Amino acid sequence: MLRSRIIPCLLVHNKGLVKTLKFSVENGKYVGDPINAVKIFNEKQVDEIMVIDIDATVEGREPDYVMIKNVATECRMPLCYGGGVTSVEQVRKIIKLGAEKVAISAAALANPELLCQMSEAVGAQSVVLVLDIAKKKGLFGGSHYEIFTNNGKKKTGKKLYEFLEEIKDISYGELVINNIDLDGVMEGYDMEMCDKVRKLTDVPLTFLGGAGSYEDLKKLVSRFKVIGAAAGSIFVFKGVYKAVLIQYPSSEEKNNLINVI
Amino acid sequence: MITILDYGSGNINAIKNIYERLNISYELATTIEQIIKADHILLPGVGAFDETISTLKEKGFTEVLNKKVQEEKVPVLGICVGMQMLADTSEEGTLNGLGWIHGKVKKFDKNLIPGKPKIPHLGWNSIGISRNCSLFKDIDPEVGFYFVHSYYFECADEADVICKTVYGNTFHSAVNRENIYGVQFHPEKSHDNGIQLLRNFANL
Repeated sequence: MLRSRIIPCLLVHNKGLVKTLKFSVENGKYVGDPINAVKIFNEKQVDEIMVIDIDATVEGREPDYVMIKNVATECRMPLCYGGGVTSVEQVRKIIKLGAEKVAISAAALANPELLCQMSEAVGAQSVVLVLDIAKKKGLFGGSHYEIFTNNGKKKTGKKLYEFLEEIKDISYGELVINNIDLDGVMEGYDMEMCDKVRKLTDVPLTFLGGAGSYEDLKKLVSRFKVIGAAAGSIFVFKGVYKAVLIQYPSSEEKNNLINVI
Repeated sequence: MITILDYGSGNINAIKNIYERLNISYELATTIEQIIKADHILLPGVGAFDETISTLKEKGFTEVLNKKVQEEKVPVLGICVGMQMLADTSEEGTLNGLGWIHGKVKKFDKNLIPGKPKIPHLGWNSIGISRNCSLFKDIDPEVGFYFVHSYYFECADEADVICKTVYGNTFHSAVNRENIYGVQFHPEKSHDNGIQLLRNFANL
């Protein structure tokens, strides 16, 4: 049977790894070297890994191909790379460097059609759409989720649920929803939003943002049966003082997390 | 020695890395001469069917591969799209495959599959071994392998199927006929099971 995926998400900043808080690097923490982290995650038999370069789009530069190649070569698990990807050629290049999947965000929001072109070039299974969202209050009460880019700094003016409707016929292989409000907060996923998103899309789905314990992962998995449960903090911090320690559920713990049916 | 065909497929580095750690010699082949000398051939593959098969043709590899595999019976392993290329045709493209193991590559159609699973089939899935095969020596079928694909190989002859996987319906996740092997999953990204499978291939 197909199992849920428990996915550590690593953020690259100034060539090191950071764990942000509500997308803020200043309030975040340095957690080590990317290759070293990947080596440890290899030993822990991680399901899959996401590596996001949070500087690339903001600096308006190309992805760091040397870093991608080094990480991909080291990975004995599937790798999804994201950050600064704007063209079909870049996607092709990153897949050739050994990543299984490439995540696109800002460029896809500017032009959703781009996802189709990327899918045609490398196969839809390798094209991942990442949406960074935050809850906004409406002028007349109520609230909605708005999509942001550039590490949460740039508004797109697009509402999450409407955008998902809009791109229904666009071809891509996986959707990652990253909740800015819950980033690093470690209080659990936003289940209500997750429910709604699941109904609005047909592709494999991964949620990121909010997990504070393995129990939170389990809740998400129980709700959706087959889902990608991604997280940052719980895989790099230990204890209330957030000491940096790379960790991942043992195979026994993982069975307990994902065998929920 | 494992001759890994280097035609621009991305998963080569990870495969190479595993053989390095296993202390098994390998070579990345970019020329026909290298293929002529091969005693084990590995066809990696990430990408689209037509693109992969036309690259093989452009490089003039198909003729020498046919000779090595069909006449000299050198063991060959196709991974992911590398496996799909073993088939006769694919719904993903218009070009013919290598036709070494008869069958068609079909697209998962969620409307035709019970439970309407999400496409692509993405993640870790178990395998059910349908025929004993040295490629699966010491492999844990429950732990299974990592899959990421929207198309699957449907063998014409059930006898060529060595394992199956359930995703909505059951599909053929690995095939073998004589010296020819193909796996839909990614052993190079499947931790212990994957390493063991790549080691088993080297021992064939």
